[in-house]
Amino acid sequence: MTRKIITSKVLTGLLLTSGLALAGCATKPKELPPQPTGATGTTTTNPPPVSQPMGPVPGSRADFMASVLGDTILFDTDRYNIDSEDQGILQSQAQWLARYPAARITIEGHCDERGTRDYNLALGERRANAAKNYLVSLGIDASRITTVSYGKERPIALGSDEASWAKNRRAVTITLQ
Amino acid sequence: MKPAFAAYLTTLALVALAAPLAAQQASKPAPAAAASAAVPASAAAAPADEGLTGSVTDDSDWQDLGIAIPTFPTNEMLPTAADGGNTEALGRNLARVIYGDLKNNGLFKPVGPDALPAIGYGEVTAPAFPNWRARSAEMLVQGFVKGGADGRLTVGCYLYDVALGTELARQGYVVKPEEWRRAAHKCADMVYARLSGESPFFDSKIAYIAETGPKGNRRKQLAIMDSDGANHRFITNGQATALTPRYSPDYAKIAYLSFLNGTPRIYVYDIGTGRQTLVTEGKGPTFAPRWSPDGKFILYSMAIAGNTDIYRVPATGGASVKLTDSPGIDVGGSYSPDGSKIVFESDRSGSQQVYVMNADGTNQKRITFFGGRSATPEWSPRGDQIAFTHIAGNLRIAVMNPSGGEMRYLTDSWQDEAPTWSPNGRIVQFFRTAKTSGKTSIWQVDLTGRNERKLNTPVDASDPAWGPVLP
Repeated sequence: MTRKIITSKVLTGLLLTSGLALAGCATKPKELPPQPTGATGTTTTNPPPVSQPMGPVPGSRADFMASVLGDTILFDTDRYNIDSEDQGILQSQAQWLARYPAARITIEGHCDERGTRDYNLALGERRANAAKNYLVSLGIDASRITTVSYGKERPIALGSDEASWAKNRRAVTITLQ
Repeated sequence: MKPAFAAYLTTLALVALAAPLAAQQASKPAPAAAASAAVPASAAAAPADEGLTGSVTDDSDWQDLGIAIPTFPTNEMLPTAADGGNTEALGRNLARVIYGDLKNNGLFKPVGPDALPAIGYGEVTAPAFPNWRARSAEMLVQGFVKGGADGRLTVGCYLYDVALGTELARQGYVVKPEEWRRAAHKCADMVYARLSGESPFFDSKIAYIAETGPKGNRRKQLAIMDSDGANHRFITNGQATALTPRYSPDYAKIAYLSFLNGTPRIYVYDIGTGRQTLVTEGKGPTFAPRWSPDGKFILYSMAIAGNTDIYRVPATGGASVKLTDSPGIDVGGSYSPDGSKIVFESDRSGSQQVYVMNADGTNQKRITFFGGRSATPEWSPRGDQIAFTHIAGNLRIAVMNPSGGEMRYLTDSWQDEAPTWSPNGRIVQFFRTAKTSGKTSIWQVDLTGRNERKLNTPVDASDPAWGPVLP
């Protein structure tokens, strides 16, 4: 079982915990990551004030990245299920999308290199749609979300090892400006 | 047939060669005029015996048949636009191409023109058999090249059994200078077919994806080449990622996947006009294009709301027919040679496995029960085998019969995938990915699994798709 890594900004334990609580109906036997302990994720809890000149522009991609648990969720080999950790991340994205109703996103689905080309294109599409469907289940209008699969064509980790493959089996949310 | 393609075809014409007998002037091999072309030259030759061997079986060790291929002499050294600049130099290049074809398939042990004495023009039809016996040649391929007034070239090709001292086959070809290699491939095909009992395959082309750049940012271009890697040409410029090409059976079009407008869609590229069209206007992403053997239909896979199914659409456009309807990923698809069945891949059982269905989508049945995953099935043009990618840790190329029995691995490397068949169903090409670097290359292996070799491509290469033998 692969430990998941939240690749972008990590919010506080408080927000993560609330996300997990909302995700209480996770059904998969997947091992949960350890709870964040203390100062591992050192980010601010302050939502960016609307008019603060130094912060990211509200509704911008930078604002999105500063506001959510992560832009990326990860998958096990050949899987596309949204586990409880994914749910926490997607819930934080849904909260941001609820705050900016005009914002639209594309979800990219990706696979690791250890699969065949065509199947990976289909699997990436399935992963992107799994993320999309979860956001829709949280009340986000489906018309705001497009998906695209890159299959195994766009690895983010370049090694040929389990750790790299785990990072590449992902769905990434991209905000459209 | 598309006009542009028809024009292309007529550039290589088979011609009947006159009987090469001592009764005629030995100094003139006397190729006939090209006029009535297009008639297979087999009528002119072909002794009645059944050849040297039976069909080459999968496990045959039959190889190392010594074949001498001296330079093809010319009756008159004339300038030509073909490689070499004149007909004399071209004669050597022709013999080299034939040598290259025959040495690369594991059946023969040819000796090429660079290791043999030159022969006189008159010897082409009157071989010095004792000399070739002294060199331990068992077979002898001789030929000639002549320049024509219109710039076209006439190439004659003769196959002799040295021990028997008899002619086994002959053909003649009239080609434009820029297509001189096709005459050599046709000659190699004649030799291969006559000696092996198999169908020819050298005069054919391959579409593939040319890859450059670092692993994290690969540029992937559609490209084509002859079966021996010559006449390489890029079709797309690489700005949009291109994947999984498939030649139409008449070589007039290539169906392939492009991220041209941001999402993966199948386009049908017309080689004659350079125009391309979407295979379907449907909303979902489309991938894994495959032609029917008669070229009338294209199979494609389309994802809708994350669920991928296989569809069939007329190659000329029109309404699509959905062939699969499982909640899993159904993808790929390869027709049996008679067009009656389709082998495809599905993960409806929980992992990628290979299924066969009727061409209308009925009677879908799983055929792979090997453990691991089985993917990218491709039906042999002979109909007797299905090549596929077996995934169990590493990815390997394997073959099985159409019922899923007699599974055999052909390769054993870290990552080999996406088999495509030679036109005669004797050789499988695939691409190999190197661990860590992600570099790709096209390889081929015969059905014994022993004769494996890498194709020389200008840059890294993947997704080979071998087309049929040119008419």
